[in-house]
Amino acid sequence: MIGILHCCSGASLEIASGTILLSLIFKHFRALSAIYPKYPVLIMANLNQKKYPAKDDFPNFEGHKSLLSKYLTADMYAKLRDVATPSGYTLDRAIQNGVDNPDFHLGLLAGDEETYTVFADLFDPVIEEYHNGFKKTDNHKTDLDASKILDDVLDPAYVISSRVRTGRNIRGMALSPHVCRSERRAIEKMVSEALNSLAADLKGKYYSLMKMDEKTQQQLIDDHFLFDRPVSRHFTSGGMARDFPDGRGIWHNDKKNFLVWINEEDHTRIISMQMGGNMKEVFERFTRGLTEVEKHIKDKTGKEFMKNDHLGFVLTCPSNLGTGVRCSVHAKLPHMAKDKRFEEICTKMRLQKRGTSGEFTESVGGVYDISNLDRLGSSEVEQVNCVIKGVKVLIEMEKKLEKGESIDDLVPK
Amino acid sequence: MASFSRSMFSNGNLKKVTLVAAAAAGVGLGIAYASRQQVQAGMNKSVQFPASMNYPDLKKHNNVMASHLTPAIYAELSRKVTPNGCTLDECIQTGVDNPGHPFIKTVGMVAGDEECYEVFKEIFDPVIDERHNGYRTDQLHPTDLDASKIRGGYLDPEYVLSSRVRTGRSIRGLSLPPHCDRAERRMVESVVCRALDKLSGDLNGRYYPLNQMSEQEQQQLIDDHFLFDKPVSPLLTCAGMARDWPDARGIWHNDAKNFLVWVNEEDHTRLISMEKGGNMKAVFDRFCQGLNEVESLIKSEGWEYMWNEHLGYILTCPSNLGTGLRAGVHVKLPNLSKDPRFDDILEKLRLQKRGTGGVDTESTNGIFDISNLDRLGQSEVQLVQRVIDGVDLLVKMEKQLEKSRPINSLMPK
Repeated sequence: MIGILHCCSGASLEIASGTILLSLIFKHFRALSAIYPKYPVLIMANLNQKKYPAKDDFPNFEGHKSLLSKYLTADMYAKLRDVATPSGYTLDRAIQNGVDNPDFHLGLLAGDEETYTVFADLFDPVIEEYHNGFKKTDNHKTDLDASKILDDVLDPAYVISSRVRTGRNIRGMALSPHVCRSERRAIEKMVSEALNSLAADLKGKYYSLMKMDEKTQQQLIDDHFLFDRPVSRHFTSGGMARDFPDGRGIWHNDKKNFLVWINEEDHTRIISMQMGGNMKEVFERFTRGLTEVEKHIKDKTGKEFMKNDHLGFVLTCPSNLGTGVRCSVHAKLPHMAKDKRFEEICTKMRLQKRGTSGEFTESVGGVYDISNLDRLGSSEVEQVNCVIKGVKVLIEMEKKLEKGESIDDLVPK
Repeated sequence: MASFSRSMFSNGNLKKVTLVAAAAAGVGLGIAYASRQQVQAGMNKSVQFPASMNYPDLKKHNNVMASHLTPAIYAELSRKVTPNGCTLDECIQTGVDNPGHPFIKTVGMVAGDEECYEVFKEIFDPVIDERHNGYRTDQLHPTDLDASKIRGGYLDPEYVLSSRVRTGRSIRGLSLPPHCDRAERRMVESVVCRALDKLSGDLNGRYYPLNQMSEQEQQQLIDDHFLFDKPVSPLLTCAGMARDWPDARGIWHNDAKNFLVWVNEEDHTRLISMEKGGNMKAVFDRFCQGLNEVESLIKSEGWEYMWNEHLGYILTCPSNLGTGLRAGVHVKLPNLSKDPRFDDILEKLRLQKRGTGGVDTESTNGIFDISNLDRLGQSEVQLVQRVIDGVDLLVKMEKQLEKSRPINSLMPK
């Protein structure tokens, strides 16, 4: 302040005192213990960070196995550390999940739709490697035409149940790692109201988790309807467990074969399921329900789903981009389970096996959850048909092993 | 005033005044704009909802924060941010996510930086008042680390198995564990370790960073009961204190293994003095010596502890304000602990019992962890003296009961 004065003229006493007064005000501007921004302020970036060079903040990735640790260079971090998306999501928040868990495969989460473009330098190579060479210039294809699904009904002696799920996020709202309580509640209201206007075999009811007792909650989890409480490291490190169970709930139709999870990892997870192996029927109801929900939301609120030509449907975890579809069966394959080639066979057929309580669980009684590996770069129809074809092969193999026969000629090259 | 303005606005000075005013306005706008930009950088801007829509649902909650956070206070304080960018939501997240225990009332909020206690005082003050059994906003906290004032302090080693004093210290100018970024946390580690390195004599020791520890070192520290683990309690993880683990965390201890410092666990530092037996005087002597020496060492580099005359030493959890001191013993009281008056006696002596595994554990073999209840409003010397006098009395009572003699005359008023 004084410096400016000296440049302009010889400082007279009046000007000097005026300036001192002003500079006292400015000195205490920062020391005044609060800043009063225009909007209610929620979770923020650490403003001290700018005092430190980016290299002092760069995470220690020693022993880390994630794609995050592979692609986030010190230069990239320096370039992106002080950048934020329009809703205020930062790189640090996006990578916390991976920084805290050296064993995770991906390690990144989006906090809003713009995360994928603002931090494209990091997300693009991770997406390319995770999704088998899907380049940043590639376009994804959407195809929800149920008539194209193979007619084969999978043998109910082996296939206990069939299920298709996807996720949809509402454009203009932050995603679960970044969303605040008011947004989450608005999403809950918007989606449950749209669902409550569904009719016929899709007619159903919304159950808010805030109002549900523990016993009912556990029953719904055990029935494989309700998502687990967000206690896993994936949820807690990523900030997705905040405020649980506020704004969370489940909607399902009276027949309990069409369900929507609200505010779990994504704004909505839409699920169609039934006992037995008629995947085509499952998918038909899935697409019908999806289309109606989308229409109702658009009509009532004017809002649409997050989607673009390049990435398809935009979801919180980059692993779910594209179709966001996981098409799965619970299948009894106790003999296959003992075959050392089981995992490799699944992978060759673009399938993934899991335990029956979902991701990261173990198989019980030789029953496996078999689903599609791919999400991005192929359509919904292609992915569902891939599961149908693959499970058919697995059942043939199981039957052969039951009879003590070899499956060598069935094993895909 | 009139002559001042006349001379200010005389022709010759008018130009200078305008220049100064313009410069001042420019700087002022610049600061405001920069602050606003910084503020908006982290803020969830997609939120255009009034604060009332973001108010957490605390109906099922039983923690101190929930008892005092009204919608009006929430609305007022969510418009504020500390100069380091910490928000109210960050402070209360742990209390929102952890409704609490029916029997143990947790605090339910933490501070992200020193300024939180001032910027959000409308909620911190009543929380502190309740948690510390009545502490007015105009009260001053006494600090006294003059160990020479202790009387006695040689507790009977037949009964007192070990003695320990711990406290916490935070480095002024650096954010606290819920809010700090990696660069700040590393700075804490560097500042503290440089000071600890210079300790000598019976305080000569060594630092073991968590992420560089060898298997052997790790096992030794576990056997010595020194090693701390990644926090698993949701009270801590929901507050964001486990982020980036184990980056910049470590343990320092002296060669004699009776003075120990934890770096970047729940607070910037936790300092612990301990030894087997009942010589609490020696433990407290060494405690004060260590604390005072570390303080003068960090001061010589231009750093200081967070402290003020109202709240004493500033720590992450409001329950540790004041002295942050827990002075305790492991003491054998198999007879006294069975006496129905035990809890009442402890209460009157302002002492607290815990199992020997620390907080939330049960006693084994009649051995209890007995420590001071209070932290704020009394000095370190006063609190340690109370523990010494109290434990002396408890041991006297135990000896009487052993010989089946009454203890009525020994009962505290």
